[in-house]
Amino acid sequence: MTPARKKRLALVVLMLLGVGLATTFALNAFNKNILYFFSPSQIASGEAPVDQLFRVGGMVVDGSVNRSEEGLDVAFELSDTLHQVNVVYTGILPDLFREGQGIVAIGKLDTDGLFVAETVLAKHDENYMPPEVAEALKKAGKMPGTAAPGYGQDSVSYE
Amino acid sequence: MFKWIHKFGSPPFVYRLCRGFGPWIGWLCLILIIGGLYLGLVKAPADYEQGDSYRIIFIHVPAAWMSMFVYVVMAIASLVFLVWRLKLADVVARASAPIGASFTFIALATGSIWGKPMWGAWWVWDARLTSELLLLFLYIGYIALRNAFDNQNAAARAAAILALVGVINIPVIHYSVEWWNTLHQPATIAKFDKPSIHISMLIPLLMMVLAFQLLYAHNLMTRIRTGILEREKRARWVGELLESGRV
Repeated sequence: MTPARKKRLALVVLMLLGVGLATTFALNAFNKNILYFFSPSQIASGEAPVDQLFRVGGMVVDGSVNRSEEGLDVAFELSDTLHQVNVVYTGILPDLFREGQGIVAIGKLDTDGLFVAETVLAKHDENYMPPEVAEALKKAGKMPGTAAPGYGQDSVSYE
Repeated sequence: MFKWIHKFGSPPFVYRLCRGFGPWIGWLCLILIIGGLYLGLVKAPADYEQGDSYRIIFIHVPAAWMSMFVYVVMAIASLVFLVWRLKLADVVARASAPIGASFTFIALATGSIWGKPMWGAWWVWDARLTSELLLLFLYIGYIALRNAFDNQNAAARAAAILALVGVINIPVIHYSVEWWNTLHQPATIAKFDKPSIHISMLIPLLMMVLAFQLLYAHNLMTRIRTGILEREKRARWVGELLESGRV
């Protein structure tokens, strides 16, 4: 390699290292300032803000979903296996919303400790298989975890 | 030892290479797309959880992978251009940008169409979606920057630097679903574990991935030919080529 090319290569590598380092620092700072994803346990211990929008994530408790006879009102319980929180929501739920499914709700906690959701989002996992295979796996007790990782204690990065 | 590599710096050689292979790659791509779509949309079973909606992965996943792959090609070509001043590398980078932008747009649009019924939202500002949107802006910025210069050499150099700076975004996109808790699912195939997708869905997906690779190769070759003719329009071999009528 000629000296001129070596110099240019070194400059480019230096530039990439610099930008990479800057990005790493920026993302780390962003990581620490991330808005918390409150779990039902954190709500139970009073860490969640009252009268302010925040997100809560957990699994929809089996048998807890109550749809109103008329209208789009729905009430259900979210759990992180330790604590539960009651959620009410008015609107169309995503297709994947069902009991036992991990979801994220955005809304406010009222003074009675009831979570009034403005938006309900369902989270699907990375497993794809035909229904027969899922059935067989369930029977064998080998179904991959249906809960998305991090529900309960972790932070979440979107808003 | 590296003598053969010098041929790839010769515009007439690369032009003929692209003219020779381009159409074959295009036909192979068409066959794979027809086969992959048939297996994926008709033959593959429905998903246990998402039903038929999951079938958008046969477009969404290959497009998203290609959006990153094309950017990496663009960045490597830009590096070669900056360090070795190889003009053909710049032709490759320039030809790749609109193709990569299209793949990115397809990934974002199909994901959005999928997100509405599955998640319940067209768009969320999670780390994966935001970094992929940034990728689209990088492609558009690259194209805009090139067109902002009158001097082609200055344009090529400035755009190459932008392409290299932007490559930092690629690992961020890939690892975003691991580093942060996102609404987007974690990786199904691109991980060290075995793929968590049934074989009857995996085969058409891989066929589509290969088809999209060939689609890129075919488009790239066509655009490289145009780029070479444009850059070399004053060269003698281009004049002879035009006279012979075998462009």
